[in-house]
Amino acid sequence: MDQLLINSGFPILSVLIFLPLAGAFILLFIKSESLCRYLALAVTSIVGILSLLLVTGFDKTTDKFQFAEHQSWIEAFNINYTIGVDGISILLILLTTIIMPFCVLASWSYIKTRIQSFMICLLIMETAMIGVFVALDFVLFYILWEAMLIPMYMLIGIWGGPRKIYASIKFFLYTLAGSILLLVGIIWLYVANDYSFFIPDMMWQAYPLEAQIYLFLAFFLAFAIKVPMFPFHTWLPAAHVEAPTAGSVILASILLKMGTYGFLRFALPITPEATVVLMPYVLWLSIAGIIYGGFTALAQSDMKKLIAYSSVGHMGFVTLGIFVLNVQGLEGAILQMVNHGITTGALFLCVGMIYERTHSRELRSATGVGKYMPVYITFLAFFSLSSFGFPGTNSFVGEFMILAGVFEFGTANGGFPYLALAAIPGAVLAAAYMLRMLQKIVWGGTDNPDQSWITDLNTREIVILAPFLFFVFWIGLGPQPFLDLIHTSVTQLLQQFDAHKLQAVAAAGSILH
Amino acid sequence: MLFLPELTLLGAGLILFIFSLGKPSSGKIKNVAIALAALTLVASLICIKSEGELFYSAYQVDLFSQIFKVLIALATLIILIFSDSEGDIKLAVRSEYYLFLFMSVLGLMMLVSSVELISIFVALELSSFAVYVMVPMRNNATASGSQFEAGIKYLLFGVMATGLMLFGMSYMYGLTGSTQLPVIADKLSLMYSQPAAVIAIVLVLAGFFYKLAIFPLHFWVPDVYEGASNETTAFIAAVPKLAAVALLIRLITLVSSEGEVIVNVLMVCALLSMFYGNLSALIQKDVKRLLGFSGISHAGFVLVGLLTFKVTGYATAMYYIMGYVFMNLACFLVICSVAEKGKNVVVEDFTGLHKRAPLLAITLTVGLFALAGIPPFVGFTGKFLLLLGALKQGHLILVILAAINTGIAIFYYLSIVRVSFCTDSEDRGAVASSALNNTLAVMLIVTIIVMGVMPSKFIAITSSAIHTIM
Repeated sequence: MDQLLINSGFPILSVLIFLPLAGAFILLFIKSESLCRYLALAVTSIVGILSLLLVTGFDKTTDKFQFAEHQSWIEAFNINYTIGVDGISILLILLTTIIMPFCVLASWSYIKTRIQSFMICLLIMETAMIGVFVALDFVLFYILWEAMLIPMYMLIGIWGGPRKIYASIKFFLYTLAGSILLLVGIIWLYVANDYSFFIPDMMWQAYPLEAQIYLFLAFFLAFAIKVPMFPFHTWLPAAHVEAPTAGSVILASILLKMGTYGFLRFALPITPEATVVLMPYVLWLSIAGIIYGGFTALAQSDMKKLIAYSSVGHMGFVTLGIFVLNVQGLEGAILQMVNHGITTGALFLCVGMIYERTHSRELRSATGVGKYMPVYITFLAFFSLSSFGFPGTNSFVGEFMILAGVFEFGTANGGFPYLALAAIPGAVLAAAYMLRMLQKIVWGGTDNPDQSWITDLNTREIVILAPFLFFVFWIGLGPQPFLDLIHTSVTQLLQQFDAHKLQAVAAAGSILH
Repeated sequence: MLFLPELTLLGAGLILFIFSLGKPSSGKIKNVAIALAALTLVASLICIKSEGELFYSAYQVDLFSQIFKVLIALATLIILIFSDSEGDIKLAVRSEYYLFLFMSVLGLMMLVSSVELISIFVALELSSFAVYVMVPMRNNATASGSQFEAGIKYLLFGVMATGLMLFGMSYMYGLTGSTQLPVIADKLSLMYSQPAAVIAIVLVLAGFFYKLAIFPLHFWVPDVYEGASNETTAFIAAVPKLAAVALLIRLITLVSSEGEVIVNVLMVCALLSMFYGNLSALIQKDVKRLLGFSGISHAGFVLVGLLTFKVTGYATAMYYIMGYVFMNLACFLVICSVAEKGKNVVVEDFTGLHKRAPLLAITLTVGLFALAGIPPFVGFTGKFLLLLGALKQGHLILVILAAINTGIAIFYYLSIVRVSFCTDSEDRGAVASSALNNTLAVMLIVTIIVMGVMPSKFIAITSSAIHTIM
């Protein structure tokens, strides 16, 4: 186990995990509402700043798990508290820690009732989310993965919109039902691996192909629902539409990434042969998601729903990038996970700001605000451009890399790149629905409602959006520092994978024929 | 010293009997009962380390039995504290009610120490008959007759189960010529594959299946839960199940793991209990009835631990039932507090509870999510460890079906949480809850979380307890 872990001494990851939890505990005893807000902001900001230590201390030349900690937890069953970071998870942790303070800020005036409980839920969410990305013990992972449902359920169910009950229950049941068989898979792996829950131990083992296929299906059900991949996406629009702004941002920016992270961390290394066998189906489902998400987004009149369906399309690109299994595809997918987190998170924040003014998410009631909210529409325009991958913005880099990966995958054996051709319309659709939304919000038509009373963004709101814009252009114009962080882990993953691929192709031949 | 908790209970019974001759006020008699229950808890804590045999080795005092006695006393005390002093028991028989309660507890405590068939039977009947009487003692105003129906049902099914058990015991005696469990274990291990031995074991187990409410001996559950007063239901839902699990573990250690038939019987019972309990709970409106059905499915989960025939399996089953008692008590604490004048609570009565009584709403949520098996609560850890043990023994299908059951179950637990958190209070008033009640609620929440997050200590304790009886 030790050769896989690098310990740096100071338990920075545990601090990141438990600081929000401690903050939540302190909040229990604070009655003053404004103090609650400031304390939550302080805690999330400190966590965000501390997490930068991960970047400075991260060794880009190794694929081992860094900042690792190991503590025995339930000895009788060999369950441990093992955590660590590698190139695949580091960007997602940073995304989480950096977005959280802005979620608190976005709820500053949006949430009017029961501030204390709201902030407690947010902080518990942060603990669980960071924990999921750093967990190296499968039980620890599963506990945090499931425990996350409770605060998220509360966020939607208590502070949500008119159909919050329906949306929160659908969200809860869908995600829970999906991950139940994952639990059985985990226990199976535990027994197969000499009673160990240590995730790196489970990787690259020669499990029988049949078992791998069942395992992959268990993984797939859990992760595909979380992503969400077509046709498991139906909980997403409901949850997004009803959740408060901060809830939507967390859902879009971080929770959805857990599904794709799960594919990268578990499905690929633990069931490589099954991945090769089932890859075509996943790829075409991704294409279906891209096209379906695009067309449905085109037809929405509710802004949040529009962005929610666009997420289905964007996440389709990510899964596409993962399952073409080459360097461009995988790196593009990880980068695109971060990009989607930034861009879609920012778009949800923008919608939330309109909603705070007009109390409606309908496109119709927000038309033609451009004249009165120049600052707002400047932000909105950039984020919309980023959303459909305009050159110079972050998503362009990600989508370009993914599509390059898909082309390479298609032409690798002298074939024709059907997949890439099928994915291109998705990119066009994205431009269509985003520009349609932008056009309506900025200019509208001749029958705009009277928007003259509307006020432009205040300083707090500009402070919230500005960092997102900064990252949009940073990743868009100079993505190299980000790619450097993930490069070693990705190439290592693919090397290991290719070693298994040959066996897999042979095995797949025997199964399919 | 070995018999101190039981003696305390006997003394408590006598004191309550004297009170029942007069006409004490309901608040006073409740306080007396709480004091006596606290005394019993202290007595059983004092004796937790004692070991020995009594009554010509018919009565075994060991760590295993003493832990269960502490749990039984603790659960009784908690129930007495949160039960309504203006409660739902006929005024005239209030002190008799507590008298029977203590007699039942006495029976259960004797049960967990009994290692001889006749004393098992006597202890079981003592505990059962007291409860048979407690069920119909509910006020007619709130139950309008259903308490009598519940009492009769409980009695008839109980007697039937006892009959089955006696029949099995007679076989056991016939096969082995002894009523001592250790002797029986030795002799049965030579002939466990014979049909007569299997029948004997299964029939004896049936008596405890009835207490634990395992399919097919669960039929009394919904009506008794609904018909009995809230505090009686809380008692029935928690305390006898502890003793039943204790005895099931003692009896199942008689069977060697090669008893293929027994494993299959237990597996079928476990799965049917889970599916029956969870599917029936989906459509319930009455909260006690719902918890009754959920109890059936949880009993199925306990069997998953027992049918591994391994020490870790027994230890996790014991850990699970401990956790189950606390989760259940957390729910019943809220039910008793929310119920107006002891009326039955339907799901809608929790409307807007998060505004009317925030702490109670959180207690209810923690209790229900724990029952549903959501981490980080004890319900998840328990279920996870049980499934882990079962899969180690290769029961893959059982584990998959059990896992699917947790998925079904979440729906009805969530429907209660939904009502209490996501709706407005409309015009329902605030729920009064005393400081003592609130402290108890916080303690239950903490217990449920601590047991769930740090199970090592508890598993270590239950394992060493199991080792003392193996």
